[in-house]
Parts: sequence; C-alpha cells; structure tokens
Amino acid sequence: MVRRPSRRAYIGQWVLLAGVVAFGWLLADMVAGNYARKNLHFGFGFLGDQARFDIPFHLISWNLFDTYARTLLISFLNTILVAAIAIVLATLLGLFVGIMRLSPNWLARNVALCFIEFVRNTPLLVQIIFWYVGVMQTLPSPRQSIELPGGVLLNIRGLYVPDVVMSADGSTLWWLALGAAAATPLVWVLRVGSERIGWRALLLPVIGLGLFSASIDHIDFPALKGFNLTGGTQVPPELAALSLGLATYASAFIAEIVRGSIEAIPKGQHEAALALGLKGWQRLFLVILPQALRIMVPQMTSQYLNIIKGSSLGAAIAYPELFSIFTGTVLNQTGKEVETIAIVAAVFVTFNLLASMLMNWYNRRVALVER
Amino acid sequence: MHRVMRLTTCCAVVVGMLGFAAGSWAQEVKSPTIDAIKKRGELICGVDTGIPGFAFQDSAGKWQGLDIAYCRAIATAVLGSVDKVKYIGTTAKVRFSVLQSGEIDVLIRDSTLTLTRNTELGLAHGALNFFTGEAFMVKKSLNVAHATELNGATICVLTGTTLELNIADYGRANNIKINTLLFERPEEAFAAAEAGRCDGYTDDGGSVAAARSSMKNPKDWVILPELISREFLGSYTRQGDERWNILVRWVHYAMLEAEVLGITQANVDEIKKSATNPEVRGFLGLEENFGKKLGVDNDWAYRIVKEVGNYGENYEKYFGPLELPRGWNNLYTKGGLQYPLPWR
Repeated sequence: MVRRPSRRAYIGQWVLLAGVVAFGWLLADMVAGNYARKNLHFGFGFLGDQARFDIPFHLISWNLFDTYARTLLISFLNTILVAAIAIVLATLLGLFVGIMRLSPNWLARNVALCFIEFVRNTPLLVQIIFWYVGVMQTLPSPRQSIELPGGVLLNIRGLYVPDVVMSADGSTLWWLALGAAAATPLVWVLRVGSERIGWRALLLPVIGLGLFSASIDHIDFPALKGFNLTGGTQVPPELAALSLGLATYASAFIAEIVRGSIEAIPKGQHEAALALGLKGWQRLFLVILPQALRIMVPQMTSQYLNIIKGSSLGAAIAYPELFSIFTGTVLNQTGKEVETIAIVAAVFVTFNLLASMLMNWYNRRVALVER
Repeated sequence: MHRVMRLTTCCAVVVGMLGFAAGSWAQEVKSPTIDAIKKRGELICGVDTGIPGFAFQDSAGKWQGLDIAYCRAIATAVLGSVDKVKYIGTTAKVRFSVLQSGEIDVLIRDSTLTLTRNTELGLAHGALNFFTGEAFMVKKSLNVAHATELNGATICVLTGTTLELNIADYGRANNIKINTLLFERPEEAFAAAEAGRCDGYTDDGGSVAAARSSMKNPKDWVILPELISREFLGSYTRQGDERWNILVRWVHYAMLEAEVLGITQANVDEIKKSATNPEVRGFLGLEENFGKKLGVDNDWAYRIVKEVGNYGENYEKYFGPLELPRGWNNLYTKGGLQYPLPWR
C-alpha cells in the first residue's frame, strides 16, 4: 500500500475526482439516452427564435418579435429588481425590529417579539399571497383612484407616477446636469490656493437643477383613458406585493441576527460608551452597531441569498420574473424542458455566487484586521 | 434421396414460417403500457388540478368531470372496473413532463392538441374530446360587446398554455393591444379578476364558462361571442406505444358510437337483451371481435356505456350546469363536429 500520508491523500483526491467525472458523465449519458428514446433533441438554438408573446412588466423595451434570449434578460432584470428592493427593505426593517427587540420599553420589545414569531412561523408563499390578495386587491378600481400629492395615482392596477418627458435636444443638457451633480463631492475637496472650495461646490447641483428643468419638455400625468390609466409610469401591485412579502419574511430572520449580534458585544463596550458620556442612540450607532456588523455580515449573506431564491414565488402572483417567464411560458412554447431549467438554474447560481462574493468582499473589509 | 430431403426441408421451413406468422397473428396485441396497467391493476390518469366541467373533486372528495369520465372509461375497458384509477392532478406547466417521464399512463387534461406538442415534445395525440376556442369573459359593467373592443384592457391568463400566443397574435391581427397578467394557478387568477386587477379572464370556452360559474356573482360577467383561436382539446399518450394510443382513441369513439346508436346508461341492458341491429350487436360485443382487436375483451364497450355513459350524457352532466351549449361538440348528425370512425 501507499505508505506516505501525503501521497495517499493525493491519490484519494484523484480517485474522488474520477468518481465525480464518471458520475457526471453517467448522468449526461442518461439524459441523452432519454432524449433519444423520446425523439427529442437537446440544444440551445431556440434562444434565437422569436418569442411572440407579451411580457406584462419590463424594464427595458420589449416587443413581440424579440427573441427568447431577450425574454431571459427581461425576466432576469425583473428578478434583480424585486430582489434588490426586498433586500434593502428587509435590511432596514430587520435592523429596526432587531433593535426594538432589545428595547427597555416593554411594549416595543414585545411587539417586536410577536412580529418576529408570527412572520417567521408562517410560510413565505402564504404571506406573499396575503400581500397580493389581502392588501393590494383591496385598493379601489382605476375610476376611483386615490390621488396622492404630485399627480401620483394609486389604485388596484398599481401606483402611477408622472413621467418626465425630455425635449428633443434635452438629452445633452440632462447628461450635463447629471455630470454636475456627480462632480460636486470631488469639487468640494478641491483647493484653490490654500483654501478648500467646500460649500461653494453646492453651486454645481443648483446649476444642474437649472439645466434639468430646462431640458424638460412637459410632464406626462397619468389619466384615465378607456380601461386603464395611460401616461406616467406604472408600478405594478405584483412587484409591490412580492417585494413586501419577501422583505417582511426576511426581516424577521434579520431582526434575530441583529439582536444576536448586538448581544454578542461584550458588556464592557456598553459600559465604556456610557463612561464616555454618550447618549443612548450614540452608544448604539457609534459603538455597538459598528462592532455588531462584523458578526452580522456572514449571516446576512445567507438571508440575502434566500430572498433572491424566494423571488421565484412571484410566479404565483403574476409577477413576470425569471422562473415564471422562462420555466413557464418559454418552456411551454418551446418544449425545451431540460434546457430552460438548466438555464434558470445556471442564472440563479451565478447571481447568488456573485451576491455572496460581494458580501464576502464586504465582510473582509469590515472584519477586524488581525496581525 | 438428396433432393427429397432438400424438398422436405424447404417445405418444413415454409410451413414453419407460416405457422410462426399465424402464431404471432393470433397472439394478443402487444402494448407495454397496457401490460403495465394490467400488472399494476390500476390506470394512472393525469388530469387537471381542478376545473369545473373537466375535472374537479366534489364535496365528498370524489373526482368528477368529462376528462374523469374518460379515465373511468379507459379503466373499465382495460381492467373491467371504473374505480381502478389513480388520478394525478397536474398543472399546465408540468403536465407534459409528467407524461414523458412515465409517471402517468395517459394525460386527459383539457389540453390543446398542437403541432409543437406532437413533434418537439414527442407526444402522440389521443382522442379529440372537446372542440372549443379561446374566449374572453369580462365584467358586464364595462359594456364591452366584442373582443375587438378590448384595446388597452388587462386580461388575466394562465401561464404555460397556448393562450398567451393567441392573445398576442389576435392583438396584432386586429391592431389592438391587450395587456396580459400571467398566473400560474386558476385560483389566484380568479381572485385577481374578481377584485378588478384585470378587466377579464381568458381561457378555452369550456374553462371560461367554468370560471364564470366560480365567480361570486356569475351574472355580473359576460362571455364575449368571439372565439379567437381553435382550441381542440384531447388526450395525450407517449410516442412509441401505438396500440395504447389506438385504444385510448377508440374508447372515445365508443362513447360517441353509443350516442349515435341511441344507447344510454339507462337503456343499455335492455338493448343488449333484445338487440337485432347488427351495428348495435357488434358494438355491444354480441357479434364481431372489436374488443379483441383492440387488446381488450369484447364486453368493453358495453361496460363503458353501462358504467360511464355515452358522450352526450356526460356532456350534459358536466357542462349543463355551466350553461355551456354543445355547439361544436354536438354529433355530426346534429350539426356538430363530433363523430365516431366506422366500426368495421
């Protein structure tokens, strides 16, 4: 036998690798065999075909003659949008509830406890359908829209926000305005002679605002026409229900992470902050939370990944995200089951890996530097 | 001597071959699916998860509906009992995969028979048991009389169906824009229509009638007269088992033939006792060998009528309450499209 342990481990690893490859090959062979048996063909050529169906909500332009590849992009953007909104909301709400949970106030503490226990212990799908059927669908019909300030209308079909329409030559001005706003913090720290420009840099965004208002042709207010409101931008209730559902669900777990992380900070830190004469909120935000953040980040990553994966439940409430469009409509129209599901799985894996890479990078940045 | 031997050998070979051919001729019909069902003692039937008319569970949890009647008819033809069926509820999305993977023997789930499903999906069309088209149901209060007036309207649809393409094509042909909202299950789609999230609901004619019947107040909804597509619904089997597909198809023809011959669940026993008409006698297995040729016994058609009823009876039973007139689904003799192929 091989005596030297290092060589034994080396051989062991190669054997394992060979086993994995053989298993993968067997699997691929089985799929190919099944395909042949069923007179089906494997291939991704269908991605170039015209889709010819309508996608109800899209961030970038879409028409019926675009390809299946573009449906992939559009539904993926919808998934990212809902995941991003839900992650931000969940973090804020989770932080708030987590801090409430540690409040000296009996009522605040117990309200937070009830919220966490209730939300954590009911299925996510039930909550999403509750938000959709129980909350969003109690809004009034388009004819009886709730009017909010600024020409914003709210009804069962969604939230309608006025659109700013640029004049024909307005786009250059608009870019200049954007550039002026972006340059402000840089100009702020510049020096003329020995003096900093400082607050005088604020002149730039004011000019930007002027340019921006000069570039506007008119504002397109939503108004009732025919069956629906036309004009303005519509935020569909499906998006709201799905992001709220995902956010509340995750916030309960995040609240517990926040609480646990705060409690993990040694008591000495509280006492030291107290001794410095810091007030309650200062102690929390300047001393405790920055240290608790280090403990939180790795656990938050998995919550964020859960939100991203959970977005696929949008299929239940007609939100056109990746899972619903690609493994629903596209799968049915093309009959390419293995291909569509492989694509959706690959996209989710890539997206999740990117998200966790980002979180790991952030984690390394905030981690204690040990020498 | 040599020549005699050679001649005898030759004769023996020819006779043997003939005998072999005759033997295989007399042998039973070979179908792996039928064999598997007989061995299992149960038919596994893929049906809808729940839609009035086609497949739904009654208050006692028993499956009812036109598609269910077909499952029961096939079961009694093969196994001699209408109750030896296991129903698998399938969503629009997974129905074909479930069939392809062999989890079910036959898919009878108000599915449109299409070219792509026949080719790309590797499935074989069975019986065409329901002629319909895609119809719209809208709120009466919207005062819409025709589908062409739906420009700008939002319609709730089920995803994973032929309907999405139909709407897009129809809008394009008529130069209007109909917005869609794609739901995975009918429950949420009905709720959204009820709440006013969409102006209407679209599906096959039969399913729209079913949807209307499940609204809080069915009288508030109107079904528009236009059918914007052909949705000819039927059963599917896997390719590669032609004999099983043939049996599934002829079970459908048996239900139609019974109606053509005027044989119903109520009068079948009486007719069987006193039948003189050769067509009726052949159908009920008193003459001819139709059952044997299909790979079942000759009483199969009798059992189907006795225990399930003819096509018209089942239509009345399941679509009568939905107030869906028979229209295209009438017999060819009454101006409809349903016909049995000749029993010869």
